[in-house]
Amino acid sequence: MTIVKPGPQASPLSQPFWDGCRERRLRLQYCPDSGQWVFYPRALDPRSWSTHLEWRDASGRGTVASFIVVHKPGHPAFQEDTPYVVALIDLEEGPRILSNVVGCAPEQVRIGQAVRVHWVEQGGEVLPKFVPEEFAHKEKD
Amino acid sequence: MSHWDCAIAGIAELTPRRRTEGETTLGMIARVSAEAVADAGLEPAAIDGLLVGPQVGETPQHVPATVSEYLGLRPTMSNVVDLGGASGAGMAWRAAAAINAGMCEAVLCVLANTREPTPPRSPNRNPIREFDVPFGASGANAAYAMIAQAHMHHYGTTSEQLATAVAAQRRNAARHPQAIFRDAPITVDDVLNSPWVAEPLRLLEVVMPCAGGAAFVVTSARRARTLGQPPVLLAGAGEKVTHRAISGAPDLLSGPLKPAMARAFQQAGVDAGQMDLLSLYDCYSIMLAVTVEDAGLCPPGQGGPWLAAHDLSAEGDQPLNTHGGQLSFGQADLAGGMSHIIEAVRQLRHQAEGRQIADARHALITGNGATMSEATALVLRRED
Repeated sequence: MTIVKPGPQASPLSQPFWDGCRERRLRLQYCPDSGQWVFYPRALDPRSWSTHLEWRDASGRGTVASFIVVHKPGHPAFQEDTPYVVALIDLEEGPRILSNVVGCAPEQVRIGQAVRVHWVEQGGEVLPKFVPEEFAHKEKD
Repeated sequence: MSHWDCAIAGIAELTPRRRTEGETTLGMIARVSAEAVADAGLEPAAIDGLLVGPQVGETPQHVPATVSEYLGLRPTMSNVVDLGGASGAGMAWRAAAAINAGMCEAVLCVLANTREPTPPRSPNRNPIREFDVPFGASGANAAYAMIAQAHMHHYGTTSEQLATAVAAQRRNAARHPQAIFRDAPITVDDVLNSPWVAEPLRLLEVVMPCAGGAAFVVTSARRARTLGQPPVLLAGAGEKVTHRAISGAPDLLSGPLKPAMARAFQQAGVDAGQMDLLSLYDCYSIMLAVTVEDAGLCPPGQGGPWLAAHDLSAEGDQPLNTHGGQLSFGQADLAGGMSHIIEAVRQLRHQAEGRQIADARHALITGNGATMSEATALVLRRED
């Protein structure tokens, strides 16, 4: 029997992010008061504490800040995917997001690599994963 | 001057409601905190202390770190106050005590709760559960492997250097009668040949959970001198919380222990080089390298070579985790962190039989939580 992967549990505040994913749009909060983008979704901008946050489309481009290759996952549902890459991605707009790098072998991932968002369906949800730009042409959304 | 010499400078409250719909405790905490800090006429960045209640609905653990990350705070003192209906009043004097102790200057004390018509089933709905777990990144292994990868990439740190420290700590554990791996010697090659857990970290670089316990008693120095043991004084302390999830870490190469240790050394009037024992939190091998750098024992990036170059035994030039560290003594959940204090007190009492550091007078203890998020440093001193 396959163990179900734990999916995102949205709150009304974060729902626009996941709705955006379903439309293949990387939507993030933006704070016009500080000029900063905010991720994860919050009730206020953690820098200015302004509550005037709006949702904007991000470019979906970023670079790998660090990454690991998971061999022993913390949740058994991910055992079937091992070895897989979990990475910290610095988005072009500023925020850092944790995700997977897919579309290449784990040994082809490196720090500083340019990546772009790649939408992956997982358990009825659409997750923003990332593919290195150099391999992006091989991937079809 | 009053006994406390402190004031309540800002207040705010949310209008009581019978029910909330779709609100998070974190969101409510944020809104009421912003109002209280504005009422005080302070900027958010002025808040360097945080006291929260235990019932932050989205997260069962690491509550101050989760609230700090959400609010963008980096407090030098934070805590949960769990006194039921007395929690708010209990926060007031604890905040004043922390200010008077020189640990912080402006403490945000905040309590909030939601009341959903149908409460969510999962006890854990924090940002990590929503934004990390679906990507197969559960648990601490992923976070520390990210730190190790960054350290190796930017500084050239090697697995061999880290494995050398792991094997040295195992030799130390062989001299402690209570160490869980006392009778299980390992070599550097054993570490390097152990299976990957989260590449670039291997099994023997990852702490093994076990059961156990630890406790200590604090009294006034005056009282301690009348009791049976050689007094071991708290000479300095420092603390810092910066984030909760590894994606929220302000720096992958240096952690909140850096300012925490700096404050502890300053209060004690000593520097890292004067420590007879380094009792350093070692949930993962990489944590040792980052900590010796943040302590100022070597320049940034030189933690790996530093660990490999020094003799870490009780007779060595720099005794480090003479009980074996948690990697070899055992990590009995939160008591594992306390093992670093117990060993330091034993060494400073000159009661570490079979592994005593000659004339031990000063010890540095570090505590580290979550994803290099929560840091406390202590300097203990044997009274002459």
